[in-house]
Amino acid sequence: MEMPAADTRVMARTSEIVAALRAVLPADAVIDDPAETRAYECDALTAYRCPPLAAILPRSTAEVAAALKVCHDLGVPVVPRGSGTSLAGGALPTADSVILGVARMNRVIEVDYDDRFIRVEAGRTNLSVTGAVEADGFFYAPDPSSQLACAIAGNVAMNSGGAHCLKYGVTTNNLLGVTLVTMAGEVIEIGGAHMDAGGLDLLGLICGSEGQLGVVTEATLRILPKPEGARPVLIGFTSNEVAGACVADIIKAGVLPVAIEFMDRPCIRATEDFAHAGYPDCEALLIVEVEGAEAEIDEQLGLIRQIAMRHDPVEFREAASEEEARKIWLGRKSAFGAMGQINDYMCLDGTIPVSSLPHVLRRIGEMSREFGLDVGNVFHAGDGNMHPLILYNANTPGDLERCEAFGAEILKLCVEVGGCLTGEHGVGIEKRDLMGVQYAPADLEAQMRVKDVFDPAWLLNPAKVFPLAASAGRRGV
Amino acid sequence: MDHNESRVVKVTEERELAEAIREATGPLRIRGGGTRTVGRVVEGVDLDVSGLNGIGLYEPGALTLVAGAGTPLAEVEVALAAEGQRLAFEPADWRGLLGTGGAPTLGGMVAANVSGPRRVQAGACRDALLGVRFVDGSGTVVKNGGRVMKNVTGYDLVKLMAGSWGTLGVLSEVSLKVLPAPEAAAVLVLAGLDPAAAVGAMTAALRSPYDVTGAAHGPWGTLLRIEGFAGSVDYRAGRLAGVLAPFGEVRVERDGAAVAALWRAVRDVAPFHGGDGAVWRVSLRPSDAPGFLAALGRNGIGADAVMDWGGGLVWTRVPDTGDAGEAVIRAETRARGGHATLMRASAGTRARVAPFPPEPAAVAALSAGLRARFDPRGILNPGLMG
Ligand SMILES: Cc1cc2nc3c(=O)[nH]c(=O)nc-3n(C[C@H](O)[C@H](O)[C@H](O)COP(=O)(O)OP(=O)(O)OC[C@H]3O[C@@H](n4cnc5c(N)ncnc54)[C@H](O)[C@@H]3O)c2cc1C
Repeated sequence: MEMPAADTRVMARTSEIVAALRAVLPADAVIDDPAETRAYECDALTAYRCPPLAAILPRSTAEVAAALKVCHDLGVPVVPRGSGTSLAGGALPTADSVILGVARMNRVIEVDYDDRFIRVEAGRTNLSVTGAVEADGFFYAPDPSSQLACAIAGNVAMNSGGAHCLKYGVTTNNLLGVTLVTMAGEVIEIGGAHMDAGGLDLLGLICGSEGQLGVVTEATLRILPKPEGARPVLIGFTSNEVAGACVADIIKAGVLPVAIEFMDRPCIRATEDFAHAGYPDCEALLIVEVEGAEAEIDEQLGLIRQIAMRHDPVEFREAASEEEARKIWLGRKSAFGAMGQINDYMCLDGTIPVSSLPHVLRRIGEMSREFGLDVGNVFHAGDGNMHPLILYNANTPGDLERCEAFGAEILKLCVEVGGCLTGEHGVGIEKRDLMGVQYAPADLEAQMRVKDVFDPAWLLNPAKVFPLAASAGRRGV
Repeated sequence: MDHNESRVVKVTEERELAEAIREATGPLRIRGGGTRTVGRVVEGVDLDVSGLNGIGLYEPGALTLVAGAGTPLAEVEVALAAEGQRLAFEPADWRGLLGTGGAPTLGGMVAANVSGPRRVQAGACRDALLGVRFVDGSGTVVKNGGRVMKNVTGYDLVKLMAGSWGTLGVLSEVSLKVLPAPEAAAVLVLAGLDPAAAVGAMTAALRSPYDVTGAAHGPWGTLLRIEGFAGSVDYRAGRLAGVLAPFGEVRVERDGAAVAALWRAVRDVAPFHGGDGAVWRVSLRPSDAPGFLAALGRNGIGADAVMDWGGGLVWTRVPDTGDAGEAVIRAETRARGGHATLMRASAGTRARVAPFPPEPAAVAALSAGLRARFDPRGILNPGLMG
């Protein structure tokens, strides 16, 4: 993956820039010691690294605004950062950029159960949003697997999803308002505790804009009353095709489970060796979770059992206790870790129409043999959001490149069958150069015009999302 | 392209739409079904897109539907019903409210981001919108999003187009997420509550785990809806009745046709059909609705009101004279951090009073910047949103 050459004119002014930032921020909020800026050299796409010119850790919206104004006036690129768990390289710095981390801004500002929202500073972690309301019977629905670490800032920037999105939607469906600081240092309130925009839906535009339109410092999030209960079932199948057909049948039958997760044989094997969850030895399995009171759960699971039986499952295992429910989820939750035990992996995120699942899984299997790299599939089947994990060895020369080429072929396949490059991880640098597969030049031009409006000088996270050649003129190259 | 009537251009293909916009020399008034006549009156040539119709793809197992923007909403609802599915956001039909004819189209529904009572539980129209194709003001075809349920590839222009009232581009095709229609439904009805007690009851219901899919208050009383499998509806209706007991006697309506009729009336704001008077649509924090209505009352208006979304949406009818209550309604809305849109009023009033809420300077600058770039010649419904 290519990153633009750092602007030497900016680098030459490093000490001036750091001094200007120190003038508007507390001393401990500006980091320029190379030993410390190294901590910000990458996100969870660890194959790519580059320490920034400096990192700043403001504590308030006012500090963010002051710092952005300094960077804006001095022409310094800024890369916003939450917790650095992006899998797409969204928070990867360039050598001429300042990392603006919001991790110190993590307070709860307001909780209102009657109006069912919470307002938090954007550095607060996803899980601790639910943590702030769960004792009172509420939760925040979007639940990325990284929820212990990732920040609402990153969730808003990437429009993150999670296992329970089939029922509750992704970040954008649960976001009511934000405080946004523009690159010029202007503080803007978008949305609030009410529903829907009065004018153009700028909130919808900001969510998922990957830190390129402004820095989000606060967010108002919808919270929901916790359901009375939940219970998963595990269903094993003799082939991916049959499991895929079962998913479509469940959805068509009018049951709306909160989650339908899919694992294929390589993934089942790996997690079994790693987590010993007691999964059946089969080609594919589904974990389906439903919610409600006991009797409601029984009714829904009864229907799901009927549907599953039509597909001759090798196993239908209903959790009879908390412990059994935990074991059913255990393998799924440790899948990434288990694959990581075998080798380095790259996690893809293309989404496809559910009807194409069998075809796409078969093609991925064939390509795996062509490229000579193993791949495991574990994903959110209800909404077609795939997560092929391609195994490679970072120490073997050429392996990463082969893995990236394989990944690109899978993503092209996703687009070919009517899907998209990324369902929840974002484009970042990882899929930036594939954007032309999904979008025509005019489609990209329309998106880049939006950035022109919010950040005319293209200083915020400039080398992401759009193919470098497409954005070159705008980035002043 | 059909130019036979001098002030109407009718297109039947996206390519023709692009050509018509490229060739336009002045303002265009974009028409789907012509049923949602909201905003400043636009002077210009009618661009009729109802010919861009037809369901292109419908996959019940994938919960997705793709159709031309001119497709009648009714046609889509029939197709979905045949598979036991529906549009979960419950789009309203505004013909009765606005006194318009014609047939609502998908494009108009999306351009106005029209959602009904279920918005409070299932999200708005924009939340169900998966993808769009549109032609911008320079005549360029743009696509964004797609037809899959999760998609974060690039910026979300899909949301931007929803509720942009044709001012950024003319929709040619939309993809929507659909959901299964439930087997059963019930409404719990409380009578005689004032707005404060009604919001109290609706809040108690929406705070409960019983998955309430509608919470409204008006001439029908205070209504709470539950939907799902029959056994589950019975169970939750019983539980919810317990939650509501402190607010008065609870009547439970289980008859399917009666339930549907009640919510159609809420959805379409039936109490304000016909007659005169200007109608405002106000979006607020639900708990602010009673105070807002009381404040209007102190100014002699607001007695005629319907609340939906648990109080988060207030419809109020006021005399269509002077500023149609604008100064009071906007001040009381602003003080609470919400917004108010003048949905119905005479052309004269709509020329004097900005129908869409004025935006703070910084937000207005962003909106103006977007309009200038998507419609550089200012020919798409110019001025409609102010
Ligand atoms: C093990 C693992 C599992 C994961 N599982 C999921 C999953 O299930 N679902 C899912 O959707 N994702 C998942 N992710 C990806 C990742 O966690 C999400 O993208 C997350 O939202 C990133 O949050 P963050 O705070 O770490 O953001 P960062 O990585 O710090 O930044 C992500 C992007 O947000 C921008 N940004 C950060 N802060 C701001 C701000 N204040 N204002 C504007 N822009 C900002 C950055 O510039 C960058 O583009 C997973 C990651 C890992 C490592």
